[in-house]
Amino acid sequence: MKKVLSTLVLLLSLTTLAACGTEPATTVQPTATTAVMTEPTATTAAMVEATATTAVTTAGTPTTGAMSGGTLADIKARGRLIAGVKYDVRIFGYLNPETNKVEGFDVDLAKAVAERIFGDPEKVDFVEAISANRIPYLDQGKADVIFSTMTANEDRAKQIEFSDTYYVAGQSLLVPINSTIASIKDLDGKTVGTVKGSTSEKNIAAKAPTAKIELFDAYAAAVQAMDAGRVEAVTTDDIILYGFQRNSPDKFKVVGGQFTQEPYAAGIKKGNTELLAEVNGALRDLKQSGKWAEIFKKWIGSDPTAVPPQEWRDVYLQPTATP
Amino acid sequence: MFNIAPEYWNLLGQGVLMTLWLTFASGVLSLVLGILLGVMRSAPLGVVRSIAAGYTEFFRNIPLLTVLFFLYIYFGGQRAGIKIDPVWTAIIGLGFYTAAYVGEVIRSGLGTVSRGNIEAARSQGMSFMQSMRYVQLPQAVRAAIPPLGTLLIALLKNTSLATTITVGDLLFQAQFVTDRTFDPNVLLIAGAIYVSMTLPLGALVSVVERRWAIQR
Repeated sequence: MKKVLSTLVLLLSLTTLAACGTEPATTVQPTATTAVMTEPTATTAAMVEATATTAVTTAGTPTTGAMSGGTLADIKARGRLIAGVKYDVRIFGYLNPETNKVEGFDVDLAKAVAERIFGDPEKVDFVEAISANRIPYLDQGKADVIFSTMTANEDRAKQIEFSDTYYVAGQSLLVPINSTIASIKDLDGKTVGTVKGSTSEKNIAAKAPTAKIELFDAYAAAVQAMDAGRVEAVTTDDIILYGFQRNSPDKFKVVGGQFTQEPYAAGIKKGNTELLAEVNGALRDLKQSGKWAEIFKKWIGSDPTAVPPQEWRDVYLQPTATP
Repeated sequence: MFNIAPEYWNLLGQGVLMTLWLTFASGVLSLVLGILLGVMRSAPLGVVRSIAAGYTEFFRNIPLLTVLFFLYIYFGGQRAGIKIDPVWTAIIGLGFYTAAYVGEVIRSGLGTVSRGNIEAARSQGMSFMQSMRYVQLPQAVRAAIPPLGTLLIALLKNTSLATTITVGDLLFQAQFVTDRTFDPNVLLIAGAIYVSMTLPLGALVSVVERRWAIQR
């Protein structure tokens, strides 16, 4: 009996912890935290309910709304958008250690969405969304929208909603400056690093089947391992690699051109079409006003050759540019 | 809940084998090093005692993940000139780290040996090493079995940190499968597999403890 009781207590505390985990932003909603302090029983019940119903959208009080996150009404009630971005991808989503702020292409787009919803580009909070956790973050309500250098594809489209294409990337190779690897054909028997759960991992396995693949948690870790001599090349979307090249031009170079073409799109929780419309509206405005090209130039360093097609599926129909 | 494709179960199986190998190899390494450290800490020579104490404090006060990352980067081929593959890097890191704790356990085990025993051994003409080998260590190690069992269980769980240096242990494979299936239950299963390894390990330690108990 005692054992059963202690198991129950353990389970209950776990559930409460999990509920705390799904709360996207204690800092965003200080009132929610205060509620925890003053009304323990009611809030615990609300938290348990919040976990139980994360799949279904919880309406009702702003407290539970902030926890489940997601719907446009929730976001408006909260007064801030929560965007998941990369923190380690220079140019797209990068936590600048000097300013302690995240910056990049993805960050500017998330700000544009905040501007559309609130009329203020600063009304957005950022959370780190790595490749492996970003889709769960949407489901758990830890982020309303993710701009995290994510390739739109059919598999993922079953899990989440994709916005319009906001960027067309291509997978390429980053190698040490003195490397003899010049293209994907030179990877036979070589060790290539990439990130767990990324499209790049599946692509490289298909395009360079004789290469040995090592999997990392983040691109920075993979590049660090290359610098240490662990892997001979790092592969992922060129834009991420250009970021590393820009940071250490004396150490690394991007080679091999684009051997895939991948549409980048924002991710939104499945079924949240209201927010999807806002995100697409913001992206279409940016593309039409020429602001998209400005953001492109600001981060990539050159003028774009074309505006990406609206529908991400169209990108796969374009012929792949060969180096 | 458990409708996971056979090839994924296969991966999890490979992960289990790697976790067991890491635990075994680093366990042996840490036991050997740890006994050495424990003995060194009661050595008659002050310098030897200080070296062992320094080692212990060094590894006890650094996060294991830091040790693993450092070894992984440093012995990648570019820095130290030699390349140790990730699995052996993990074994060495886990072994050296756990040895600090094993050393402390052995030291406290040596502390349980009665003064009379040691004096009797030395008065029979045994050297420090002989007295250690035949009188003190056999008693100390037996007294240390329960805490060593705890360390072994902690070590098995600590092997999951090797995931971060590209070692394909159980957690690594579970994350890999989760990335493919988006099924969070895979991690739950991995947790259950960890428990199904640590619980028997605990039971085994109890058996060994009873078998080797000192009759007093």
